[in-house]
Amino acid sequence: MTEAYRGALPVPTPETKPYWDAAREGRLLLPWCEDCGRPHFHPRAICPHCGSGRLAWREASGRGRLHTYVINHKPARGFEDRVPYVIAVVELEEGPRLLTNIDLADSTPEALRIDMPVVVGFRAVTPQVTLPVFRPAP
Amino acid sequence: MSGKVAIVGAAETDRLGKLPHLSRLGLHAEAARNALRDAGIAMKDVDGIFSSVADPNELSEYFGIVPRYVDGLSVGGCSAIIQVRHAAAAIAAGYCSVALIVHGESGRSWIDMERGGTAESPAGQFEAPYGAAGAATLFALPVLRHFHEFGTTKLQMAHVPAATRAWALLNPKAMMHDAGPITPEDVLASRVVCWPFNLLDCCLVADGGGALVLVAAERARDFPKPPVWVIGTGEGSAHRQVAMMRDFTTSDSTVVSARQAFAEAGVTAADFRHLMFYDAFSFTPMMFLEDLGFCGKGESGPFVAQTTRDAEGRVVYHTGPGGPLPMNTNGGGLSHVHTGRYGMFALIEAVTQLRGEAGARQVRDLNLSLVHGPGRHFAAAGTVVLSNR
Repeated sequence: MTEAYRGALPVPTPETKPYWDAAREGRLLLPWCEDCGRPHFHPRAICPHCGSGRLAWREASGRGRLHTYVINHKPARGFEDRVPYVIAVVELEEGPRLLTNIDLADSTPEALRIDMPVVVGFRAVTPQVTLPVFRPAP
Repeated sequence: MSGKVAIVGAAETDRLGKLPHLSRLGLHAEAARNALRDAGIAMKDVDGIFSSVADPNELSEYFGIVPRYVDGLSVGGCSAIIQVRHAAAAIAAGYCSVALIVHGESGRSWIDMERGGTAESPAGQFEAPYGAAGAATLFALPVLRHFHEFGTTKLQMAHVPAATRAWALLNPKAMMHDAGPITPEDVLASRVVCWPFNLLDCCLVADGGGALVLVAAERARDFPKPPVWVIGTGEGSAHRQVAMMRDFTTSDSTVVSARQAFAEAGVTAADFRHLMFYDAFSFTPMMFLEDLGFCGKGESGPFVAQTTRDAEGRVVYHTGPGGPLPMNTNGGGLSHVHTGRYGMFALIEAVTQLRGEAGARQVRDLNLSLVHGPGRHFAAAGTVVLSNR
């Protein structure tokens, strides 16, 4: 199954490798600035809030809210058997927002509510790559 | 800078739509030839090249010239709009005297085109793996947040494609010229592409190009066509990935860009009766109507959904023919043409209207036009205020 995966795969850079390594272990990491004390996403070499290069990784709670979403009916390569599927922006409890998928049995507007609570899950798409995804909080 | 530079040449490629006989560079060449012919000058007169889908070095080779000023800005669909500003600055500084802004894109036949981005880029790592491919998925992302915060509806949004189609029916060159009118209900009945966008909420996919020729004001009356003056410009860039928007109901780059252009031109929204607001999707110009001050924040839904009836009982849309605020009078990206980076086509229509050359779709007694567009998905922005006096 995973060997046949045809979707776009992320290729980590030195700045993002800890994020993807942790995702493979089922953990969601965020970079935090040791100077201004704020987290950010996506991971980068400097803090976008204050410009500091003193950053440290911390595990996120994995809880957040559905900030906005679309339901895509025209699949990207590798998503043909998931159509229609939800592409969403989740606002994490810690503040940063990220793009992700919301895993639902039935992707309909009725199943989704803006600001609804969601929790992280992990979808292993290849032996090397696991994507953090979200689902409605139980 | 206001009024120091004028547009003296403007033209699209001979045809727009499916053009399998022309490559990306061939489309640039045809667009350049047509704009230079419109200005009554030759390629050898050009000493500044501004392009985004082709590199200026590709074009200097292809055109057989050695320009002394080159600008290959590539920030998405508004690149050409921003390049009006860059050309004005270059001319004012004396770095070039005849600026050619040229666009060509084989968006449908896809001849000599490439997909941008690497798998290592932030978008390659944090956007593409989630199946966020194609403009519809990315441009749709802010929409439901707007609906949630302000009560905007799909039916209100569907008035934009309906009004824009009405303009295309008056433009013989528009791809949808012969396709007949559509109603907001037709938009809602078309198939879902990426919720909340249906097919008729989405722009066309086409091949085509266009170009502009700009010169200094002192020379502007020496050309065959009446000059169109550049009286205000702005630009901005806020992010690359749509998910990084600070606020999904405001385009920060638009606000920054518009503020500069309005201040330079000494205008406010109330001064305009002609808008060219890049319509990649139905919702796109709604964001701009709010962020450039044509209605309050959150009010674009009710604003675009206002209709009246003409003497024959036909529906008149607020931004359509006969309405109080003509917008996207060529038929827009939704019904005229969209090659991937539409900004050039919006500029050309503004020039056409200000010259009084727009035929059946001509807006009467027009002196000012406002062109605004996004780069990528509300990421960058460019604004140009044009005048014919």
